Amino acid sequence: MSDEYDNNKSYQAQSSEVMDGSTGSVNPDIDYVRPAEVGEQDLYHGHSFIEKWVFCQDAKVIGVQYFLTAVFTGIVGLILSWLMRLQLGFPELAGFMTAEHYYQFVTMHGMIMVVYFLTALFLGGFGNYLIPLMVGARDMVFPYVNMLSFWMFFVAVAVLMASFFVPGGPTGAGWTLYPPQTILEGTPGSGMGILLMLISLSLFVIGFTMGGLNYMITILQARTRGMTLMRMPLTVWGIFTATVLAMLAFPALLVSAIMMTLDKVLQTSFFMPTILKAGEVLEYGGGSPILFQHLFWFFGHPEVYIVALPAFGIVSDLISVHARKNIFGYRMMVWAIVGIGALSFFVWAHHMYVSGMNPWFGFFFATTTLIIAVPTAMKVYNWILTLWRGNIRINTVMLWCLGFIVTFVNGGITGIFLGNVSVDVPLSDTYFVIAHFHMVMGIAPLMVIMGAVYHWFPLVAGKMLHEGLGKWHFWITFLGAYSIYFPMHYLGFIGVPRRYFEMYDSPYMTSAVGMNEFISIAAFIVGAAQFILVFNIIKTLKTGKKAEQNPWKANSLEWYTSTVPPKHGNFGERLPVVHRWPYDFSVPGAKDDFIPQTTAPSEVIHTEVEKT
Amino acid sequence: MHAGIIFLLVIIGSVLFHIFTPWYWTDIASNWGGMDDTITLTFWVGGGVFVAVCLFMIYCVFRYSHKEDRRAEYKPEDKKLEKILTWATTLGVAALLAPGLIIWNQYVNVPKNAIEVDVMAWQWGWQYRLPGADGKLGTTQVRNIADNNPFGINPDDPFGRDDIMVESDVINLENNRPVKILLRSVDVLHNWYVPQFRAKMDAVPGTVTFYWFEPNKVGEYEVLCAEYCGVGHYAMRGGVEVQDKGDYEVWLSEQETFEQLSARYEKLNVDGNKLAKK
Repeated sequence: MSDEYDNNKSYQAQSSEVMDGSTGSVNPDIDYVRPAEVGEQDLYHGHSFIEKWVFCQDAKVIGVQYFLTAVFTGIVGLILSWLMRLQLGFPELAGFMTAEHYYQFVTMHGMIMVVYFLTALFLGGFGNYLIPLMVGARDMVFPYVNMLSFWMFFVAVAVLMASFFVPGGPTGAGWTLYPPQTILEGTPGSGMGILLMLISLSLFVIGFTMGGLNYMITILQARTRGMTLMRMPLTVWGIFTATVLAMLAFPALLVSAIMMTLDKVLQTSFFMPTILKAGEVLEYGGGSPILFQHLFWFFGHPEVYIVALPAFGIVSDLISVHARKNIFGYRMMVWAIVGIGALSFFVWAHHMYVSGMNPWFGFFFATTTLIIAVPTAMKVYNWILTLWRGNIRINTVMLWCLGFIVTFVNGGITGIFLGNVSVDVPLSDTYFVIAHFHMVMGIAPLMVIMGAVYHWFPLVAGKMLHEGLGKWHFWITFLGAYSIYFPMHYLGFIGVPRRYFEMYDSPYMTSAVGMNEFISIAAFIVGAAQFILVFNIIKTLKTGKKAEQNPWKANSLEWYTSTVPPKHGNFGERLPVVHRWPYDFSVPGAKDDFIPQTTAPSEVIHTEVEKT
Repeated sequence: MHAGIIFLLVIIGSVLFHIFTPWYWTDIASNWGGMDDTITLTFWVGGGVFVAVCLFMIYCVFRYSHKEDRRAEYKPEDKKLEKILTWATTLGVAALLAPGLIIWNQYVNVPKNAIEVDVMAWQWGWQYRLPGADGKLGTTQVRNIADNNPFGINPDDPFGRDDIMVESDVINLENNRPVKILLRSVDVLHNWYVPQFRAKMDAVPGTVTFYWFEPNKVGEYEVLCAEYCGVGHYAMRGGVEVQDKGDYEVWLSEQETFEQLSARYEKLNVDGNKLAKK
């Protein structure tokens, strides 16, 4: 699709010379793009090592900093999951682990993976790196605030990790931090541990708000000439919508963290009713534990989509580029992202069907939840319809995308079980839930992250990751993760509850022992397989093949920078001018099977592009 | 090519696993068979969609894998196809939602003849109270809880005098008689859950929550706590014994009322004082 122009006018005469011309050639009529309304921003270029690599204002460096910090927390989360699986599969080998330890590992694993790993990685990592490049800006609009955002995140991570070393250890309240147990003795880490967790979350939200404002305003205000909203890559749409969600949802987390801190430190009773503990009535009264759950899930459910929407966007772009075909139904995809984002604020209490809230809420929230399935299903159809009649490169990137489709559809379907209120009753708080959310918001987004790493590594580092290692990495991860979570659903059917340190000898649980051993072994292997990527990256940086510019023959702007990897300022002397959407692949009549966004209509006059 | 084959094997393996799995739900022992049926229905519809989507994807991988001399189709949109898919999905989702809501409607409407059972949870255990001859439970308050008043019954409440205290973590229920479980907690969240009954609900301190079911199979069942409640969560077990009417009434007659319990404690106190004086 290209600019609007009138086909009846006879530009045919000029076209042959224009076709051979350089990108700069411009036909004043058909290539018209509105002039810029404001001048370019001034950038502060760092002078010293510290300004260039530590307290750096370049969004790309900040993106890499976010990425590496998030990956560090992810590795901590991975090790914690190994320890949990050791206890569940082989308790005789985990003699050193008490129930306190187990619950602390469960809690920290959950919180780290959802907030400090996935959210930070998608928005802080990919968002920072890709937004300015993809919309054709030189940097984020507030580079200094952007730098502060990362360092705030860094401090939040440091505080979180410090909680491992305080007396009593980190909190073991479960990642949902439900009061009253969270701040009462009887839950591990109910002293210093929970305080540090609440402080860390508050810092995260503050830092994240700084970053989020940047992402939103950069996308709204700093797009280059011709980059209309409906010409943005879906990656940008996904990250943009997720950021809007985060801006609206994180305040709920912040206030609940503050209120809980007050309950803990000043004995206020926001969430604390009258409580009898060890024969004594505590100095609380009148608070509502369910209020916390509403606040938490008002944040917590959009949070799922804060992770999922960037993944949706990124995977759409990866599939399109590697299937050499335009994304099917682009406008539907955009509206689905926006629609899912909006709906995600009306479904939170589906996490609370059996929480003791007024049961009549169940009707409303089951209905809204299942409505969300419709735009989500449309996205799935459009991904596979993009593959249909494509020219699919089955490379490492595409494998991760295919793995994403399988795991996401699987996890999405089990979501229909859990969203459908009365079906949720027997399944809630069982292993079915664990299997569901790991499949849909653990493994599926991880598949996208991995695909994105293999896809954009040549841009970031200028070298191609090793394909063979990449395929091994994919197959072990995909098959391993699938064999962890697919059978786990069936433990949930039996009724095995989550967050159990030990199963004892309940008759219907003994049959689960064998499966638990199998799942644990698979978990050890999948975790270890991630180090194939670490090895691949180190090897590639040392001896890898140099990447040519735009090795995947993609259309979006990030591949058309003046240098690879792009320097501070991203583009050369002049910012690129955009004439089309990023999905003009395999256009009939075009010389190559791709037409970059910067190509003017007059350069491809013989092609049958549709207009956007 | 081998990528498509492996994906195909994964899908076939998933279907076979589902057919031959030895891990499946326990035999149901309550009236909530409708939940099982809705799960089965969702399995057929959802599983069908999962298999269809994956098979289509695998077909595309086989059929359209990269060839230098071929080009992909260029067709940005197909409004008609998108419309058909949207409506088909909406219909499918509505078909799954409807039975879910119908059963939920039953779940939140307790039958009139249900016997009330007060389930009180604490870190980490359960205790039970049944209404006495008047059929009504006395009102309670956490602050009243003491050795001689384990449920915190308001001493002035006439309905509370004949309440039956079950001095055990096992509760007996009458077969084929609906039960309304009233859940209370004195400290943190808990959840009284028997997998065979399918039903569950959190106990929340500061409020009373409820759910109901009708046990329909005589036998002993294990109670699990299904809401994380601190370090003893996994060990917080209890029991249910479902009995026929005759057996149940014998058991019921052996239980102590609140009045009897108070009297016993008074006597203990008097005896204790006498001992102290001597």
